[in-house]
Amino acid sequence: MEIFDWSYAAEVFPLIFRAMFVTLGITLAAFAVALIVGLLLTLLRRSKFKPLAWITYAFIEFVRGTPVLVQLFFVYFAWPMVPVVGFEMSAMTAGIATLGIHYSTYLSEIYRSGIEAVDQGQWEASRALNFNKTKTWTKIILPQAIPPIIPMLGNYLIVLFKETPLLMAISVNEMLLTARNLGSQVFSFVEVYTIVGLLFLLLSYPSSLLVGFAERRMNNRYMRKDKKVKKENVIS
Amino acid sequence: MTTQPIVQFKNVKKSFGDLEVLKGFDLDIKPGEKVSIIGPSGSGKTTIIRMLMTLEKPTEGDILVNGENLWHMKTSGKQVDANEKHLSKIRGNIGMVFQHFNLFPHMTILRNCTEAPIQVLGLGKKEAEQRAIEMLQKVGLADKINNYPFQLSGGQKQRVAIARALVMQPKVMLFDEVTSALDPELVGEVLQVIKDLAEHSDMSMILITHEMDFAREISDRVVFFADGYLVEQGPPEELFLQPKSDRLKNFLQRFSRV
Repeated sequence: MEIFDWSYAAEVFPLIFRAMFVTLGITLAAFAVALIVGLLLTLLRRSKFKPLAWITYAFIEFVRGTPVLVQLFFVYFAWPMVPVVGFEMSAMTAGIATLGIHYSTYLSEIYRSGIEAVDQGQWEASRALNFNKTKTWTKIILPQAIPPIIPMLGNYLIVLFKETPLLMAISVNEMLLTARNLGSQVFSFVEVYTIVGLLFLLLSYPSSLLVGFAERRMNNRYMRKDKKVKKENVIS
Repeated sequence: MTTQPIVQFKNVKKSFGDLEVLKGFDLDIKPGEKVSIIGPSGSGKTTIIRMLMTLEKPTEGDILVNGENLWHMKTSGKQVDANEKHLSKIRGNIGMVFQHFNLFPHMTILRNCTEAPIQVLGLGKKEAEQRAIEMLQKVGLADKINNYPFQLSGGQKQRVAIARALVMQPKVMLFDEVTSALDPELVGEVLQVIKDLAEHSDMSMILITHEMDFAREISDRVVFFADGYLVEQGPPEELFLQPKSDRLKNFLQRFSRV
């Protein structure tokens, strides 16, 4: 018997390929949650109302300090049993919410670094020109804080993408679960898992190239002149 | 007849932690008056205008703008700390130019000058651009409107910063050592812009500066701060030619030696 049965592989490929779009959907939805909640956490952590800042800090540390799989089980199986606030969710919703919130805590750290990299003088100029708080954030600070961190956000998007197979634990039919189910029908796993691995690689490798490209572009933003000067200094 | 001062500092003190930078001073600025504040570094000069710009809160004392208390307000007869709304209302009378320009790097020169009028004053885009271009012409940079700050020299950046503040039509304009971060050969163009402004505008101006000749030339009054105190003040001729206090004599001597 051959180790890799090509005709079987060709037969299951379309099914796994279809599941890839589920994986992609989960990735994008969870990342959207992470982007929004992450920014929210960053802003809450900077709140002048200290208890709110502390609670946010504690939440971030808690989420980061516990495994995603445990959180996934908690949200899907335990949360519906929690009195008052608990409610039931579909496996898909629970999966997206958990991955999204888990990654939001990492993204909030990245947002923070981006915001802190904005020169203090930008805040002062905004105040001197009488921008209100919201407009200072939306027109002055975030437009400067976010572009430089896009590559880092992109890296987390790729990491998140590669974490989606965890959702098979709560029986979301993403790529890996689909593959396992197919494989267990014929007790042959080499083909299905190889296909899954290749599809992941096929998507994540170009993405990481894209992130690298974005990184180089961001480094050149607003700095073309400075960079030239630096190079000249190196030469002389 | 006495006109009401546009800005009044009344026994204003400021500490940073244990360090008392300003130890209580009174200072009135009349409408249209150009006042230079000089003094050794660390004497709290910059802090004075930063408090007026609401970037620092005084530890004690009152600052009045147009007779209205800046850092305090009255609610149901009781004096309480000013809230953001109150600060914002009064802050609209004041503009500031910073030592390090603080232009918005992600916006063109034109947008640097139109963003605040549009977002804060609620001007239409056309009107804001018209105003901005007029001001940029005043500082001689109307041909740079589509450039980004990184494409300009330090002196040009500072002139944009002046235009950006002018577009808001403040009654009082603050200049915080605006030439200190510039290469020596670029200082002149910025001082010239401010000089023109001083001659042709009825804005009040408060300038923190180390350019003694410049201060002498454009000011109605020069104020000397040292060690957290207002030591001496008067018309520039008097202050520079006949300093009364030893502290000022020392300071001016050190300057002429350099």
